Amino acid sequence: MTAGTVTAPIGASGRVPPLAGVRQTFTMAWRSLVAVKHNPLELVDYSITPIMFVFLFTYVLGGQMAGSPEAYLKYALPGIIVQNTLFMTMYTAMALNTDLTKGVFDRLRSLPIARSAPLVGRITADLAKHVWAMLLMLGLGLLLGFRITGGFGGFLLGVVLLVVFAAAVSWIAVLIGMLAGDAEKVQAFAFTLIFPITFTSSAFVIVDTMPGWLQAWSDVNPVTHLSDAFRGLLLGGAVAEPVLWSLVWAAGIALVFYPLAMRSYRAKA
Amino acid sequence: MTYAIEAEGLVKRFRDTEALAGVDLAARKGSVLGLLGPNGAGKTTAVRIFATLLRPDAGTARVAGHDVVREAGVVRAAVGLTGQYAAVDENLTGTENLLLIGRLLGLSRRAAKARAAELLERFGLTPAAGRAVKTFSGGMRRRLDLAASLVGRPSILFLDEPTTGLDPHSRGELWGMLRALVADGATALLTTQYLNEADVLADDIVVIDKGRVIAEGTPDQLKSQVGGQVLELRPILGRDLTRAYALVAGAAGPQARIEGETVTAPVKDVELMPAVVRALDREGIAVGELALRRSSLDEVFLALTGHRAEPGAPEGDGGAAVQEEENEPRKAVMRP
Repeated sequence: MTAGTVTAPIGASGRVPPLAGVRQTFTMAWRSLVAVKHNPLELVDYSITPIMFVFLFTYVLGGQMAGSPEAYLKYALPGIIVQNTLFMTMYTAMALNTDLTKGVFDRLRSLPIARSAPLVGRITADLAKHVWAMLLMLGLGLLLGFRITGGFGGFLLGVVLLVVFAAAVSWIAVLIGMLAGDAEKVQAFAFTLIFPITFTSSAFVIVDTMPGWLQAWSDVNPVTHLSDAFRGLLLGGAVAEPVLWSLVWAAGIALVFYPLAMRSYRAKA
Repeated sequence: MTYAIEAEGLVKRFRDTEALAGVDLAARKGSVLGLLGPNGAGKTTAVRIFATLLRPDAGTARVAGHDVVREAGVVRAAVGLTGQYAAVDENLTGTENLLLIGRLLGLSRRAAKARAAELLERFGLTPAAGRAVKTFSGGMRRRLDLAASLVGRPSILFLDEPTTGLDPHSRGELWGMLRALVADGATALLTTQYLNEADVLADDIVVIDKGRVIAEGTPDQLKSQVGGQVLELRPILGRDLTRAYALVAGAAGPQARIEGETVTAPVKDVELMPAVVRALDREGIAVGELALRRSSLDEVFLALTGHRAEPGAPEGDGGAAVQEEENEPRKAVMRP
């Protein structure tokens, strides 16, 4: 008002230069990550739930499923990580929905910043959280007897594959976040969608014992491909086919949901 | 450029409803324009168009001399927006919220920190600077929201019902801060459904109802537009109220009405008071109070729209209370 000028890096045309847009995206990502510090419950969601899953699946189900907890852990840990990755994409939806309903998007949109920065910043930050959760669960698995026998390259490719898939699913999350009335509805929707999809896949069981019609579904279920691919990359073995199918699914999801998500984002936020 | 904010023939439709049906308004540089109207009048829609959040279906809006549609980026660089809901991140601290805005606006880390500290100090939030916003009271959130809208030193401020739902104390604080901002040279568009808020803060007032401008002028002009003065009569005995009403209505016309134990009527003729006094004497009605006062904006609103401005927002109770309190008129009481 008195001293100083408008500091926004904006040209006379009113367009945001690309480099400024990138920096704004990182600022928005910082915002999403620094929030974890003040919301310990979010850390519980990101860490404790996956840890609980690893323990429950290994020690409660393990003996009956595979003869011993360790044997089952070897099969199920990659599946648990895949399932957790899918669940975590819904945090993206919930956070975007909260920003929308609380008016934060209004404030951001009234600023001279790149339109995409709030969205891409959020997704970038959430992908970082994905990696954090994956590493946490893998680390815990190692303590409980899981061994990465596919080599460091396989481990790295596995993490990258999961991040790529999560990035694709994020566009579904964006769409849900924009359309849902409130964050609780997002959560309810996520559970009713993700639970059946992950449990009717090869994430936790070998699908041979399922009835034929269910096997037909689980054979095309993206979670099956992703779990097989991730498991194969961690443990070593033939992975070309599931990796390829996972990427096809990721591309398909992105192709369908990116335009839908962007349209609703532009309309609402 | 003499006007910081101008609109001509703004129209905005949402499905079947016409939120704005051709609104013209203008705010002089360095002034506060009060946009007054009941819930659903179109105030927020107008602000959202000015703040580049909505595109008008017809008409033009210019802010700081720039078209809000064609030059949205330039407009955004010049304005600050404070909404009805405090648009701050609950999970961040007060400092971090302001740091976020500063960084987005291109300040260096150091400059953003300094600006955040300066604004927190100015809005009395320094002691809470390191706390997550979800632990803040409603008044603190609004102050932080206002601070966030000022990080970029905007020359034009949009304040959309900034005090709705605040307790009287917090409202008073926010008023003081707004006054200081405008004294520093900012232009502000303030929407409110509290008439006294517009009365206290605004240099000019535009009254809108159902998407149309129904009156404009300074608060004083608006008040004098509706007769200027109001006669108030309270009989000692409640049972005389109906007779007193009939008598006032006979002298003043159908705009007389009963409010609680009092009969009020706009004064359009200097002869009204003596006529009422004579009639009271004739009828033998004992008078508890008989007064002339300037009409409040509330009555202006009633006269203009045919209905009272209702602070209808569910959280508006605190505000409604203060409104009544502060509308307490200065009376020229005549005791017969």
